This record gives sequence, structure tokens and C-alpha cells, in this order.
Amino acid sequence: MQLTDRHREYWRRNLRLTGGLLAIWFAVTFLVVWFARDLADIRFLDFPLPFWVGAQGALIVYVLLIRRYAKRMNELDTEYGVSEGSR
Amino acid sequence: MPRAFAFRLKKYYSFYTGGFVMFVLALAVAEYMGMPDQWIGWTFMAATVALYAGIGIMSRTADVAEFYVAGRRVPAIFNGMATGADWMSAASFIGMAGTLYAKGYDGLAFVMGWTGGYVLVALLLAPYLRKFGQFTIPDFMAARYGGHSARSIAVLGTILASFTYVTAQIYGVGIITSRFLGISFEVGVFVGLGGILVCSFLGGMRAVTWTQVAQYIILIIAYLIPVVYMSYQVTSVPVPQLVYGAVLEKVTEREDAIMADPAQVAAREAYAARAESLSRRIAEVAAAPGPNAAASLAQLTRERDVAVAKAQPISHHAEPFPGHTEAERDTARLNFIALTFCLMVGTASLPHVLIRFYTTPSVREARESVFWSVFFIFLLYFTAPAYAVFAKYEVYTNLIGTSIVELPGWVASWSKLGLVAVEDINHDGILQLAELTLNPDVIVLATPEIAGLPYVVAGLVAAGGLAAALSTADGLLLTIANALSHDVYYQMIDRQASTTRRLAVSKGLLLLVALIAAYVASLKPDTILSMVAWAFSIAAACFFPALVLGIFWQRATKQGAIAGMLVGLGLTLFYLVGVKYYGMTPWFGITDVSAGIFGIPAGFLTIWLVSLVTPEPDRATRELVESVRYPSLKA
Repeated sequence: MQLTDRHREYWRRNLRLTGGLLAIWFAVTFLVVWFARDLADIRFLDFPLPFWVGAQGALIVYVLLIRRYAKRMNELDTEYGVSEGSR
Repeated sequence: MPRAFAFRLKKYYSFYTGGFVMFVLALAVAEYMGMPDQWIGWTFMAATVALYAGIGIMSRTADVAEFYVAGRRVPAIFNGMATGADWMSAASFIGMAGTLYAKGYDGLAFVMGWTGGYVLVALLLAPYLRKFGQFTIPDFMAARYGGHSARSIAVLGTILASFTYVTAQIYGVGIITSRFLGISFEVGVFVGLGGILVCSFLGGMRAVTWTQVAQYIILIIAYLIPVVYMSYQVTSVPVPQLVYGAVLEKVTEREDAIMADPAQVAAREAYAARAESLSRRIAEVAAAPGPNAAASLAQLTRERDVAVAKAQPISHHAEPFPGHTEAERDTARLNFIALTFCLMVGTASLPHVLIRFYTTPSVREARESVFWSVFFIFLLYFTAPAYAVFAKYEVYTNLIGTSIVELPGWVASWSKLGLVAVEDINHDGILQLAELTLNPDVIVLATPEIAGLPYVVAGLVAAGGLAAALSTADGLLLTIANALSHDVYYQMIDRQASTTRRLAVSKGLLLLVALIAAYVASLKPDTILSMVAWAFSIAAACFFPALVLGIFWQRATKQGAIAGMLVGLGLTLFYLVGVKYYGMTPWFGITDVSAGIFGIPAGFLTIWLVSLVTPEPDRATRELVESVRYPSLKA
């Protein structure tokens, strides 16, 4: 089974997407927690900002990240002709 | 054909949801007409367990693919619900809002950890495992890293992580049934066991999947209704997640008032005095040790620690990492981050979650299914912080400051189980905050009563908690039994075994494991809840590095993976047992619960180093890796 350049490009784009989304995941979780005490005086929707991010904001971002990944990868599968059964 | 199947499922479950809502309304009417509380509890338990049993019996199967992976035809959205129920255990349903109540901001590590982990599942594992398409996680390890050694270690990790977890579920079932049915805890454990076995035993993954969808619907309705109700009562907006910021502000005001109130200060000082006198007793006993000195020392120290904690001024609910000194606050922050990390990576490594993604019809649907899973999980986790704040508001405004002889009935009924305690230490006949001991596990179960909601809501919440515990226990038992029957018996002992025999072995083991777990749970081990958190560190350190590198790094070798799994698992176990039981000094102040923070990087590093000095994987392995990366390639 020989991989073509198209295959390699598909994989590179997958890695780029995965890396980008993981960077957002990292920032929303660990950066906000690290600076939580410094951000505690900022108010957002009646909440202290770090509390809101930990209790709600980060969760919304996680759901959106996973949605984005599923949608984009399913598109890439079609674009590069690698979806199941397309062979 | 699959579309018609999905359509039929949607129809069935819509009818089912409507039927369940009608059932709850009918009971509400019956309560209004004078049906006693105990009957309502019984009706809820009996009806829901009979329902699960019905689905289990209807889905019984003798087909291997149906038994292990539900025939691989579970549509994404339903797999999402089943994963949600599988995932949300007694700890999520009963424990989490309670932890948030007790710890405030610092409890959010669980909320973020248990949802954020799905980002890792979605991006790094689920689609690739679905493409690989076998039955268990040890299957993947064996195919990718060759031979029985990788498989055996994976089986060991699966059993270690899943068994502690399943014991905690059965423990939760015991608490719920004994409180709401009025039977003893030990009997409750075995009643719950029946409810668990009727599904997994008859129909394996197929029955468990369709029951879990039903259980998800019950548990989410049960979780949302009390909070929505309280939110409407307090703020007249029935969307608790949006409006509890204002309630949080009121809680903060109450916290300040409680800090300043002289009666509250007096109660705290009384506890401080008790702590001091206990410290003197401890010194006396230690100076002149008599018979049983060790036991009485331990007892006195426990009492002293409780008194010290009660003497502390309270910290604000939303304050991150409260502490007396900067160093204490930094350690709290480090522990928060370590715990979040371990819970996330552990989520992405627990075998009972990962095998759910073998059940979808395609890679595409596996990706979408993670989205639906996290969405359905999100609905509950997004609400838990609001639940905690509303519960705190009710307790701080309506309970604290009332006369002790006039306390509401729920205090007495939960005191009987030892989960609530009240002590009038300053003899003023009024309940001060320090005088009330609430076990975090009662917050969710007792909140409907605390807020004065109809008893139907309390029964509904109990049924929801039961659904959460039963569904997770089912998934876990099946995972353990499959690891033993498929990986050990079929793959390693008897490759010629007939399908009838394989299923018989699987069912026998299921029964055996369930009985052992129920026995352990009935002993009420007091460390059981912290052991659940261990399961995450254990699974994370054992599986995550080998799984991720197995997919993303072709060069990872058999020797590397075996060494990495052993080092990760070994270091994690060493750290948590050392710190918990042998008084080892924690490294950087990290608690035993987050032991994986050392084990996970050690696992990655070991796989990397050992792989580089061992010969490259053979061609077949490289082709396997390629085949999981491209949905269209055949293995």
C-alpha cells in the first residue's frame, strides 16, 4: 500500500487542525487557571471572570472545539477522497 | 436502512420521554392527593428498574459482535447519550455539585477535567480507534505493539482502573436505595446489583447501550428539574445557568454576614477551644502510651482535625485557591492544575469510555458521536456549579440561624445515615454554620427537600442518581468482563473457543466480578471515593502515552510501549500508595489523587527513549498505523 502526496497532505492538514484546536484547549484551561487570582476582579455576567470560565466558559469552548474538529475532518475526508468506502 | 433504524429509534425514545414525563406528573398529582412519601420512593425505584430490565430482556443477544460492540450500528446521537450515561457516574450526579458546594472555585477542577478530557478523546483517539475497529483497548495494544505482553499489561490496567470505579458505583446505589426505600445499606447494595446485572448479563453491549440511552434521559431530567425549580423560586427566571451569578453575589453577602455575626464567631471559637483541648489530650496520650494508644491517637487526631476545620473562617465561594500564605495558595493552584490535567487525560484513557466509540457505524459517525457525547455531558456539568450555588443559598439563608429544635425533617432522615450532623456547641439553641456537618454526597439528593420542593422531585432525583450509578456500573462491568473473556480467555488461552463458549465465559465472569464488587462495596471502605480519582491517574499513565504515540508516531516500538506502560503505571502506583499510606513526602506538594502528573510524562519519555534504541517496527505495523490514519485504507 503506497501513500500518495495527497495522503501526506491530508495528514499534515489533520495535524495542523489538531494542534491548533489543542492550543485553544490549553489556553482556555491552564492559562486561565494559572492567572485566576489576577483575573478575579474582572466581572463578567455578574460573575468573577475566572469562576465563570471554569464553570461555564471553558465547557462551551470544549463543545465548540469538538464540533469544529468533527465538521472539518469530515469535510477533509471528502475533499481528499479518503472517506470510508470511497475506494 | 440505517436511516430507517435511526428514525425508528428517535420515535421510540420520544415516546419514552413523553411517557416518563407523564409518569412523573401522575405521581405529582398522587402526592397532592395524599400518597405517602415512602410509596413515591418505591414507585420511582420499581418503575425505573423494571424499565431497564425490560429493555435488557428485549435486547438479549447471543451474537459476538452484538454482545461486545452492539453490532456497530449505534447512530452518533444515541451513542452520544449512551456515552453520557456511561460516563456520568454516581460521582458526577451525586458527588460533583456537593464537591463544588464544599470547595467553591477549587471544585471546578472536576468540571473542567471531566469535560475537557473529551477534547483529547475527540482529537487524538476516537476516530482512530473506530477505524481500527476491534473489540477492546487491549486489542489495539496487541495489534499495534505485537504479542501478549502489551495485551497483558493493558488488561491489568483495565482491571485496576475499572474495578475501583465500579465498586464506587455500587456504593452509590447502596446509599440511594437505603435512603429512599428504607432498607439497610447492605441489602440495598445487592438490590442494586440485580438492576445492574439484568442488562449487561443478558444482552452485553447491545442491552447496555439501549438502556443507557433510557437512563441518560431520566438522569438529565432529574438533574435539571430541581435547579430550574429553585432558580424560578429565587430569581423568577427558569434558566439557572444564566442567572446564578446574581445568586452567587447574594451568597457572598451571606458569607460576609456569617463571618461577622457574633454568634457565628462564638461557635467557631468554641470549636477552636475544643481543638486545643484535643491537642493537649493527644500530647498526653503520646507521652504516656497505654494499651490501644495507636487507635485512640488516630481517633483523637481525626476529631481534632474536624474541630480545627470548623474553627476556620469560611472563604468566599468564588475565590480561587484560598490560603493563608502565598506559598499555600501557589500549592493549591499547582494541585488544581495537576488534578485537572490528570482527570482530562484519564477521561481520554478510561477503557469503558473508549470502547463506546467502537460501536458507531463509521469513522465519520465516531467523530460526530464524540461531539454528541460531550454535548450531553455538558448539559449536566454546565448546571452543576449552579446547583451548588443555589443549594448554598438555601442553606445559608433558610437553614443557618434557625432554631435547632425546629429543624426540618430531612436533617433527621439524613442524620440516620450519618451524612448530616448537627451539634449545638455554644448551647444557644440556634444553628450556626460551624455546627452543621453536611457530607458533600447529600447535597444533590437532599436539595429538593432543603428547598422545600414536593417530594416527587426528591424521588425523581433519587431515580436519576440511580440511573447514573447503574449505567456507569453496567459499562464498567462489561469492560472488565470483556477484558477477561475476550483478551485473556479467547486471545491468550483458547483461540479455538466457539462463540457460545466465549459468551458463556463472558457472562460467568460478569457475574463473578459483580459479586466481588458488591461485596467490597458492602464493607463501606472509607477511601472509596478517593479511589475513584485514582482510577483516572492509573488509566491515564498506563494507556494514554502508548495509545497516542501508537497512532501519531510510527517509530514507537513494542519494547518502548511495554516499558512506557510499566514505568507510567509503576510510578503512579508508587506515588499514590507511598503518599497515601506510607507518609512519603509529596513532591512539589502534589496530592496522591494527582499521581498521574508524574506517571504520564514518564510514560511518554520512556516510550520515546526506548523506541529510539530498539529496532524499527516491521512493515505490517507501519501499515496498521497508516490504515488507522486514513478512513479509506484497508488494514
